[in-house]
Amino acid sequence: MTYDAGHYDVIVIGAGHAGCEAAYAAAKRGAKTLMLSLNLDMVAFMPCNPSIGGPAKGIVVREIDALGGLMGRVIDKTYIQMRMLNTGKGPAVRALRAQADKPLYIQEMKRILENEKNLTLRQAMVEKLIVEDGVCKGVITETKAAYHAESVVITTGTFMRGRVIIGDLSYESGPNNQRASVKLSENLEELGFELVRFKTGTPPRVNSHTIDFSKTEIQPGDDNPRHFSYETTEEILDQIPCWLTYTNEFTHKIIDENLGLSAMYSGMIKGTGPRYCPSIEDKVVRFHDKPRHQIFLEPEGRNTEEVYVQGLSTSLPEFVQRDMLRTIAGLENAEMMRAGYAIEYDSVVPTQLWPTLEVKNIPGLFTAGQINGTSGYEEAAGQGLMAGINAASKALGKDSFIMDRSQGYIGVLIDDLVTKGTNEPYRLLTSRAEYRLLLRHDNADLRLTELGYELGLISEERYHNFAEKQELIKQEKSRLEKEMLKPTEELQQIIADAGGTALKEAIRAADLLKRPEMNYLMIEKVSPAEQQLAWDVKEQVEIQIKYEGYIVKSNQQVERMLKMENKLIPENLDYDDISGIATEAKEKLKKVRPLSVGQASRISGVNPADVSILLVYIEQGKIAKVSNNQ
Amino acid sequence: MEADTIAAISTPIGEGAIAIVRLSGPEATEIANGLFQGVSLTSVDSHTIHYGKIIDPSTNEVAEEVMVTVMKGPRTFTREDVVEINCHGGLASVNRLLELVLYQGARMAEPGEFTKRAFLNGRIDLSQAEAVMDLIRAKTDKAMNVALKQMDGRLSNLIARLRQELLETVAHVEVNIDYPEYDDVEEMSHQMLIEKTRHVYSEIERLLEMAKQGKILREGLATAIIGRPNVGKSSLLNALVQENKAIVTDIPGTTRDVIEEYVNIRGVPLRLVDTAGIRETEDIVERIGVERSRQVLKESDLILLVLNNNSELTEEDILLFQAVEGLEVIVIVNKTDLDQKIDLDKVKQLAENQKVITTALIEEKGIDELEQAIADTFFEGELDVGDLTYVSNVRHIQLLKQSLQSLSDAMHGIEEGMPIDLVQIDVTRTWELLGEIIGDAVHESLIDQLFSQFCLGK
Repeated sequence: MTYDAGHYDVIVIGAGHAGCEAAYAAAKRGAKTLMLSLNLDMVAFMPCNPSIGGPAKGIVVREIDALGGLMGRVIDKTYIQMRMLNTGKGPAVRALRAQADKPLYIQEMKRILENEKNLTLRQAMVEKLIVEDGVCKGVITETKAAYHAESVVITTGTFMRGRVIIGDLSYESGPNNQRASVKLSENLEELGFELVRFKTGTPPRVNSHTIDFSKTEIQPGDDNPRHFSYETTEEILDQIPCWLTYTNEFTHKIIDENLGLSAMYSGMIKGTGPRYCPSIEDKVVRFHDKPRHQIFLEPEGRNTEEVYVQGLSTSLPEFVQRDMLRTIAGLENAEMMRAGYAIEYDSVVPTQLWPTLEVKNIPGLFTAGQINGTSGYEEAAGQGLMAGINAASKALGKDSFIMDRSQGYIGVLIDDLVTKGTNEPYRLLTSRAEYRLLLRHDNADLRLTELGYELGLISEERYHNFAEKQELIKQEKSRLEKEMLKPTEELQQIIADAGGTALKEAIRAADLLKRPEMNYLMIEKVSPAEQQLAWDVKEQVEIQIKYEGYIVKSNQQVERMLKMENKLIPENLDYDDISGIATEAKEKLKKVRPLSVGQASRISGVNPADVSILLVYIEQGKIAKVSNNQ
Repeated sequence: MEADTIAAISTPIGEGAIAIVRLSGPEATEIANGLFQGVSLTSVDSHTIHYGKIIDPSTNEVAEEVMVTVMKGPRTFTREDVVEINCHGGLASVNRLLELVLYQGARMAEPGEFTKRAFLNGRIDLSQAEAVMDLIRAKTDKAMNVALKQMDGRLSNLIARLRQELLETVAHVEVNIDYPEYDDVEEMSHQMLIEKTRHVYSEIERLLEMAKQGKILREGLATAIIGRPNVGKSSLLNALVQENKAIVTDIPGTTRDVIEEYVNIRGVPLRLVDTAGIRETEDIVERIGVERSRQVLKESDLILLVLNNNSELTEEDILLFQAVEGLEVIVIVNKTDLDQKIDLDKVKQLAENQKVITTALIEEKGIDELEQAIADTFFEGELDVGDLTYVSNVRHIQLLKQSLQSLSDAMHGIEEGMPIDLVQIDVTRTWELLGEIIGDAVHESLIDQLFSQFCLGK
């Protein structure tokens, strides 16, 4: 027997990176929200590496922030180190990465959620969904509490039928020895979900007192740290460095000799692991000629001595891990505090979802995060935010929100998942974005903050500042487009110092800025703006002018894509009814049920002729409607 | 309304005296006008037909004599602006015309696309929709079969190899971006990137060059035989024709009185142009002065200049040498069976670097040498017919040209000092374009490449 534990607009199962964003976004939008977690001390816990951001992922964090989400704000308050990566490359691939203070991150996230007025946090294990007439109506916990809601978001990460494996030891468990969620997984199977088994892993952690850092290379943070959140104003001054060391032939010899004991190679692990996050035994086997592999030593926080041995992810037995560590420079006497492990878990085949992350066959149910076959905190958080927004929309009767591929990496991520599916844990890479020049770290707010404001996730004050920034960029750009710079001695000197060729005649400021060796600060010296501009305005002006040619080209591509994206496919289209479409394409289309012709064209196995036929068929439907009305 | 303008040959290929290249879309008139010499097509009335010439903008030479019909939407088949260019029915003419139109900015129409547009623009009613879909299906299948047949295995292998090269380059750049701390691979520099792109660029250029040769193989090497009266032009013609027992086809042009004969010399098809002039006894030197003959010479891929061994060089001979300057010429000193009165040193001097062959056509001497010289000229002595990889499909040629453009954008970006990750956008685009040729543009393979080429990950 269950008892009635209350009615909510939105219930979020799980309090990881996806769950936190989902719950916060839903609550912020005005939905009465309940967040259920197995363990409230583990809200926004990082079971893997203590870092947030990096290429593509860092831009996701910016996007989350630009839409009013939490990850950027929380990491900005709790980082121990901040680094801008790819500074020597173009603006599109610059990416911010923070080393996180894991315990502090948990505290800060939990504090914000606890203070959100529409949000209730509760510790509970969900066992079952309440599904009536095919529609999700709520959840039932193991303590027999029945919660009802308009929308339910599942963000259970790697907990579903999780199994931890270390050498030949294997036991049912979520990450870091938390309880696995078994019954919910079974329940999803009963409800007709297609599940797959994925695998991931973590390395051992060691005590920093037992590391000889003198044998390693220091990896400090940036002197002037940038931040993820557009709201952050204060920087953290005392950054903590990471350290770099390497594996060597002795390490590899131990791995070779014990390969049979690795769960990866003994056949014990059945799940598919991510190629971009291989175990050390994988690296040694696949790239046998490589004499050494990088190992980064990353502190897990300010108030702990645990150090994450990044690069040594493994499922070898504990004693082999210990022997392996001792071969590595600086770790000869390292004391292992936790052993590395592999974890296998159930995940949902994501083509079962609409681009809103709502489950196609169970209205009212959403899934987000690692359960959808992704990996990474940022990928999870991005999905969580979108699922939270849409779950709230559903409950409150508002429009749903789908980000397209030209608006953000989050859009790329979700479109890839629901359109193509994934046969390994999915990680965002900059190469997955066809418009990456438009999806930059620096312009996330210009892309998304307007939308965030409309969704009710951005405060009036912040929106006001944003609108002002937009206006200043516009004005300054147009000033530089008009301003003619005379070849004065001062200007010629500036150009010469930058290594450029001297001017022969006057030049438009914008054209001078387009020269590769020039930047805004140089132009500013001879042609300052009418008012003092913030650095991010200057940066934006410089990027938009300097790379105009490429940006225009990308925008044209986007326009072409959007035309196909705007040709919508009726939801209940019967593909069997369309004679011309090839059988393989038909099967794929029936499974994915794309919302637009654009989405249809991205399904593998659907070729351009099928798309043409689809287009004609849809038009025919429109004409038929018109004729019926006449 | 679709935003772009499409073009295709809309008459059955290789049949009929007249062929039509059709354009549809907002820029149809503008594109045609950019190639057209005659009235301004942008200012003519709708549904009117105009005589004029098609000019190749890259050389400013006349490519075709044509009739152009301009039809403004919506009173057209597709309801868009439609232009139909009528030209001579030969495969060579119509393909060239299509290439020019595509070069000018039109996009090659997909199979059935005119009909599709007609439908989408409401030109075709509901009852015909099924038929439209069947048509697209049928035409696509047919086009794919044709394309597959046209696609030489060696060609697709070569393109696959070039793509792999680009892919490795792109993957290298991607690794630098996505794994900036990965120390196993050196940072791709502008220098490295330009070397890679240059190499692929020259390979594609070579393919296009060979496409030209392939075209010659299909259409014949336009060859003109010139010389004073009675030097042996007719004997030469007869020798080439009889020796090779080639099919001699008379194709009277619809507007020009040109007679063409086809012969096959050691695998090189010759299209002997303007041989009418040879059969007539009128003074060829006089005709050189005529613009039309100059045009014939200019359009020739090869000129056989015949001299008489039995007489001294005349002023007319010298004029002929001047007329063919800068063209591909084989000089034939005929009638070696008679006394030598010609100054051979002088001939060689006039011929500069061109080949000089001596023959006694009446005794069938020197014909072997001449044939070898013709074959050598065409293959430049390097290529064996069997090894040639020809791109013949107009769509493929178009894609190759676009690839070249894209690579040149990349190289331009490198010279401008643009960041590698921006330059790489154009390199990736090239990779995609080449993929369209061999029907393989799956983006996922980049990610596969990334992880097979490099040992990545934390």
